[in-house]
Amino acid sequence: MTSSSFKKTTSQSTNQSAKLAIPSIPWIVTFGYLTVMLIVPTAALILRAVTLSPSEIWKIATSPVALSAYNVTFGTALAAGWINGVAGLIIAWVLVRYEFPLKRIVDALIDLPFALPTAVAGLTLATVYSEKGWLGSLLVPFGIKIAFTRMGVFLAMLFISLPFVVRTVQPVLQEAEREVEEAAWSLGADQWQTFRRVVLPPIMPAVLTGIALGFARSVGEYGSVVIVAANIPFKDLIAPVLIFQRLEQYDYAGATVIGTVMLAISLVMLLAINLLQAWERRYDD
Amino acid sequence: MTINPSQSNSASQSPVALGQPQTGWQTRLKPILITFVLFYLGFVLFIPALNVFVQAFSGGMSGFLHTFTQRAFLNAVKLTLWMAIITVPLNTVFGLSAAWAIGRNKRFPGRALLISIIDLPFSISPVVAGLMVVLLYGRNGWFGSLLDANNIKIIFAVPGMVLATAFVSLPFVAREVIPVLEEIGTEPEEAAKTLGASSWQTFWRVTLPSIQWGLLYGVLLTNARAMGEFGAIAVVSGNIAGKTQTLPLFVEEAYKQYNTQSAYAAAVLLACLAIVTMVAKALLERKIDDKGKAE
Repeated sequence: MTSSSFKKTTSQSTNQSAKLAIPSIPWIVTFGYLTVMLIVPTAALILRAVTLSPSEIWKIATSPVALSAYNVTFGTALAAGWINGVAGLIIAWVLVRYEFPLKRIVDALIDLPFALPTAVAGLTLATVYSEKGWLGSLLVPFGIKIAFTRMGVFLAMLFISLPFVVRTVQPVLQEAEREVEEAAWSLGADQWQTFRRVVLPPIMPAVLTGIALGFARSVGEYGSVVIVAANIPFKDLIAPVLIFQRLEQYDYAGATVIGTVMLAISLVMLLAINLLQAWERRYDD
Repeated sequence: MTINPSQSNSASQSPVALGQPQTGWQTRLKPILITFVLFYLGFVLFIPALNVFVQAFSGGMSGFLHTFTQRAFLNAVKLTLWMAIITVPLNTVFGLSAAWAIGRNKRFPGRALLISIIDLPFSISPVVAGLMVVLLYGRNGWFGSLLDANNIKIIFAVPGMVLATAFVSLPFVAREVIPVLEEIGTEPEEAAKTLGASSWQTFWRVTLPSIQWGLLYGVLLTNARAMGEFGAIAVVSGNIAGKTQTLPLFVEEAYKQYNTQSAYAAAVLLACLAIVTMVAKALLERKIDDKGKAE
């Protein structure tokens, strides 16, 4: 803090005067709104869960239906995350490095899953990939069914998590210095070595961040999956839909416990994403 | 997200200019990768998106317009608009306050934690968000008996839907404005103050104009999410046709009842919302880019 830089010290002191001059309304609004909208509701969920005895919580959280729902949710979200990790990396590469007709439109349309309401995504995927649909009918001869199976869950998660890796990798690839690649080539590295040793390491944190963001989104997804899946327990029932069904049956204890498990996993994911982003920033410096 | 054409041109020329061996494998790889990308995006994104429009008009214009005369549909449109009209201003005022608190105060204990808390709704499942609202305001919830005694209905009614919608769309404005505020720095505001402007004058005349595009971007995303939210609203609304049904809920209900025509008519409306959002986003990004270049 004993910086000799004159500019730094002046900006700091004026910063403090600004803090005093502007009334603390923004602080009151920020904390008041967060408390009412976020903190009290989160506390309501957790405190409701702990009114149950530990054995009850354990019994509900590890009931066969719940275990199967976690399995479908996390297994499928992980598969969708990895596929989109690879595909997203290729898409980002193509959009940054190559020129082709309609590239700008293709680039803009990547954001579609962010903008399109999930109910619409579920509806159209269920139609297109049903046995009579445009693409679903092509798969019937191969005995592959997508809509109303676990494959439908996978497809919906693939759809909603598609933009994440593309959008995290794109800026990093754009800033990558191509001279380094050229240097590697000129030193005799082959294409695969160059890609693996030179191109990939700096973009790896961005790829993993994108996968984690997409995974977190897929795990919590409800709208598109509930429409494209059959929601049958032990087959293609995901945890968020299970919570919804428990609430419909007025089984508040069941909904609360499974909801708390999902909340805990969200918090772990958020922490993991923050750590990944910190790792990414280290590459920036 | 937009790519500077001059930059990418020079980039694609440089290997040729250097005459390195990579030009060979790169030219061979290029068509393969582009084809892969177009097929992948086609199957996952483009064909399903196109299908929304084709299905909506497959029964002709009259079938499409028929939906627009249904009372349940009109109510759903109205309620969807109300969701946005109420939650967007709420989250905008909050977002601006939070962005100021975080962007203008670089060091205070718990700053990183505060940012994480604001981001929380993005990682919580919308269904869990809805569940939280039910556990607070539902019949058996914390405030349930209090609300019951005063005859106030929140769950299975519009107030609960507003709370759930505000929850899921809470982070957008703060998230978009914080980086802009950090980038412009405090100098212009300090200059205004030195010249005798009050806090409000400084905010309206100096701060707001410089963050307007980032703010608008955040508002746009909040609006799209507020109108399109499904999971959180499904939990708290009870999905009563004509009363607590928004457009996304109408889509699901119509589809479940094999009323595909109506489902797609409503879906097309929501898809148009998505297109408007994306076009506006592209325009705003260009504006922000231009501004960045000018400075």
